[in-house]
Amino acid sequence: MARLIAQRLFNSAVSIALVSIALFLIFELSPETVAADALGQYSTREQRDLWLAANGYFEPMHVRFLDWVRRCVTGEFGQSRLYNRPVSDVLGPRLAASATLAALFFSVLIPLSLGLGIAAGMREGSMLDRGISFASILTTSVPPFASAVLLTAIFVFWLGLLPGTSSMVDGFRWKELILPAAVLLLYDFGYLARITRASMADVMQTAYIRTAALKGLPDWWIIFRHALRNALIPPFTVIMLQINWLIGGVVVVEFFFAYKGFGSLILEASLTHDLFLLQACTAVSVLLAVGTQTIADIGYGLLNPRIRVAAAK
Amino acid sequence: MTEPLLQLDGLSVSYRTRRGPVPAVVDVSLRLNRGESLGLVGESGCGKSTIAFAIMRWLAGRGQIVGGRVLFEGRDMAGISREELRRIRGKRIAMVFQEAMSALNPCLTIGAQLTEVLKFHENVVGPGAERRAKDMLAEVRIPDPDRVFRAFPHEISGGQQQRVVIAMALLANPALLLLDEPTTGLDVTVEASVVRLIAEISRRFGTSLLYISHNLALISRVCERIAVMYAGEIVEEGPTRRILTAPIHPYTRGLIRCLPESGADKIARPLSPIPGQIPAPWERAAGCFFQPRCGYARDGLCDASHPPLIGYGKGSTVRCLRASEIEPGRIDAVAGEAPPAADGVAVSVDRLSKDYRLTPPGLRGLLPFADPLRIRANDHLTFNAASGRTLAIVGESGCGKSTFARVLTGLERATGGRIEVAGTDLAQLSVIDRSREQLRALQMVFQNPDETLNPSYRVGRQIARVASRLLGLGRRERAQRVRDLFAEIRLPAGIADRKPRHLSGGQKQRIAIARAFVGNPEIVVADEPVSALDVSVRAAVTQLLMEIQRAHGTTLILISHDLALVRYVADTVVVMYLGQVMEVGTTSQVFSAPHHPYTEALLAAQPKLEDDRGLHAPVEGETPSPLDPPQGCPFHTRCPRKVGTICEISRPSEQVTPAGHRMACHIPMDELVRAQERATT
Repeated sequence: MARLIAQRLFNSAVSIALVSIALFLIFELSPETVAADALGQYSTREQRDLWLAANGYFEPMHVRFLDWVRRCVTGEFGQSRLYNRPVSDVLGPRLAASATLAALFFSVLIPLSLGLGIAAGMREGSMLDRGISFASILTTSVPPFASAVLLTAIFVFWLGLLPGTSSMVDGFRWKELILPAAVLLLYDFGYLARITRASMADVMQTAYIRTAALKGLPDWWIIFRHALRNALIPPFTVIMLQINWLIGGVVVVEFFFAYKGFGSLILEASLTHDLFLLQACTAVSVLLAVGTQTIADIGYGLLNPRIRVAAAK
Repeated sequence: MTEPLLQLDGLSVSYRTRRGPVPAVVDVSLRLNRGESLGLVGESGCGKSTIAFAIMRWLAGRGQIVGGRVLFEGRDMAGISREELRRIRGKRIAMVFQEAMSALNPCLTIGAQLTEVLKFHENVVGPGAERRAKDMLAEVRIPDPDRVFRAFPHEISGGQQQRVVIAMALLANPALLLLDEPTTGLDVTVEASVVRLIAEISRRFGTSLLYISHNLALISRVCERIAVMYAGEIVEEGPTRRILTAPIHPYTRGLIRCLPESGADKIARPLSPIPGQIPAPWERAAGCFFQPRCGYARDGLCDASHPPLIGYGKGSTVRCLRASEIEPGRIDAVAGEAPPAADGVAVSVDRLSKDYRLTPPGLRGLLPFADPLRIRANDHLTFNAASGRTLAIVGESGCGKSTFARVLTGLERATGGRIEVAGTDLAQLSVIDRSREQLRALQMVFQNPDETLNPSYRVGRQIARVASRLLGLGRRERAQRVRDLFAEIRLPAGIADRKPRHLSGGQKQRIAIARAFVGNPEIVVADEPVSALDVSVRAAVTQLLMEIQRAHGTTLILISHDLALVRYVADTVVVMYLGQVMEVGTTSQVFSAPHHPYTEALLAAQPKLEDDRGLHAPVEGETPSPLDPPQGCPFHTRCPRKVGTICEISRPSEQVTPAGHRMACHIPMDELVRAQERATT
């Protein structure tokens, strides 16, 4: 197991190194554009050259790369043109906001979807199974922008229970998180529930579950001890992949509820050519993707002892 | 009369399908007394596994008992509550499954899977349960119970997995043990020791056995009585000896004739398969179900009324209308004809070696320049295959026989040595570098037809595609070639329009053989071509392979662990162990003394019908890891004829007789002859 962890950490270190070089090179390719972006399109050539020299762009490349890495690690991503503040000051709160939303979402999604999926998969073809499958297809087929409108209409305009925007202007309020999280849940719970159901149904058909039953073990023991661990591998993969999506990819929901999250920050940065901000956002996204994948790989090893061996071979 | 332990009373089981209820088991009555062992034999699909699951009341999904009763210790299994049923399962009736690997949970240690039986049936947990589990592992002859107790299923060998499943079944000391093909997929030597273990344990613990298998020879080693099933019914039942020596029902006779007899070869007594195949439940014939395949069937009698099960002498029953007319006993088959004399060498293998490299385990493996571990899968193999003849390569799993096939067919490149075919060295020529002519001339039949045939295409189209790739035939010629091949493999041409999933295992393997013969290859490599098939189908497919080979004068290289099959099919035999050639000779040389001690062990492990001497011990233990092969003679760790330290230190040089019989052993051949002839008399 130690070997598996060491191997995965080594692999992720390599991927991060490769991606950081690529990221650095994008901004190296045309320093002119960077200078133009920084000084505005009406700046003269001399002004841009002076700016480039002042920012060390004429140093040898490896020196500049190491310097860039050092600044990234210490959180100095440069100045955001859009906000006119250091990038790290903008980035931090946005990431925290996205993480809060993701945490709330997962704390409901995981028990709900896994519970429903396992219940449905245990008795394939039962009324419960069909009911859950039908509900999942129905909710997953409604896109988030549609359900956002629908939920807002019900809970904000009709019942008046919840606020319609989530911009947290008066400081952090849980109430403002409920609608964005609910829209995401409605869209996503069916997907995870169906993955869990399919995986559980497969496991229940295996010879080792039959062995367990014919050994005279009670049903609850068969489910919790024999079936669950094997059945959880696919849903675990999906959950890990969704962390990326939740942090960076839920722009529609963030925009609809005016929630200041990380996804909308990336969109703003790319629309306004805020290069330093964009670079920082990309670096964070990559780190996040590699990090969750590493955790996922180590998690597989814990769930499935065969993978440990495969890694050792 | 005492109450039987298990009694089936007119049991009928049906499966609900879209075609309506399909009867899988029809009116089966059986009695099993305490301490008795009963074998249930028949081809796949005859309903024998369904009976086991009906006894356990585990007819998952669509199965349903539609008539009759299962009485266990006098109680009707249908009437008991779920909780009582749970207490019987695993405690009073235990089951051993085929394919132990899938029967064990991959995520739990062996120890956890053993001790839970004691936890729920005897309320024993903790160190007490651990001790009992380890004791039971020792009982089933697992050499290192402490290690296996902590291991996961994938960390132990297939033979050990099967022993663990048996240990698990015996842990709560059940009164009845159901065994469903418990040795499928195991090597013959391992199979023999598992069967021996089962017989021994039932005697020692007084456990009753219901042993289910398609292999009559295996069952006869364990069981006192045998029931033969055909198409959901019992067609004959009686004491094992009587069934083997004087079978009455034509189907039983057919099953016995399918088995290669020890001491016979393909010329003296060719295999005679039962014609046709077992009917699907909705295709069963009017009258006697077996009548369409029966050589004794008489029109107007056998197709008119369904025969009842009638008593036949003491303790026997038979379901045949002509039972009183036909002479009991086996039928001798007609002798075949000897093949034409061989001319020339088709494949010449000269000091061929193949190494595999592995990344070393532990953190060292992460270093980019770590020294890789080497596995010598083939170690200086030298032999020739005569053209138009059959060369068989035998040995246990891991002996390197499949590796040789992969090198010969170009799926792997050799590390050293030569394989000469038609004047070209193929050892370094991988399959993508071979010319179309070279590909055409050398084809392969694989063990599992499901992995050869693409499930999404009709089989005729798959064969036509090979015809266009290898022979460059046009559309019309291709269709003709497919028709010719179907005639040759004796399948109706209509089957060409079906997809593989609509074919039986035997039909699929015929298609796979046809695929290999599309381009009239000079050489065909067949890797365990029939081991995935039922005994009765095996005989038919083997026969077919031999006929096609004879008709085309093809050189066949047969890779198999089944010595009985090899003896029937082969002209020359190569015995391999741990990547090395142990013995090479003509079939009669290899199968008569002097044998290499390893060949002798393989022969002893063969299940034989005639074997009345009981269960003698062949070799114990398992093949050593090829990562760490023994020094000296590779077989010395298991060899019952080991001479002394010389076997551990020096690798024996090859002894060669003038007739070409070669063997790598320190014992002189004439001494081996004396010792081995003494052992058999």
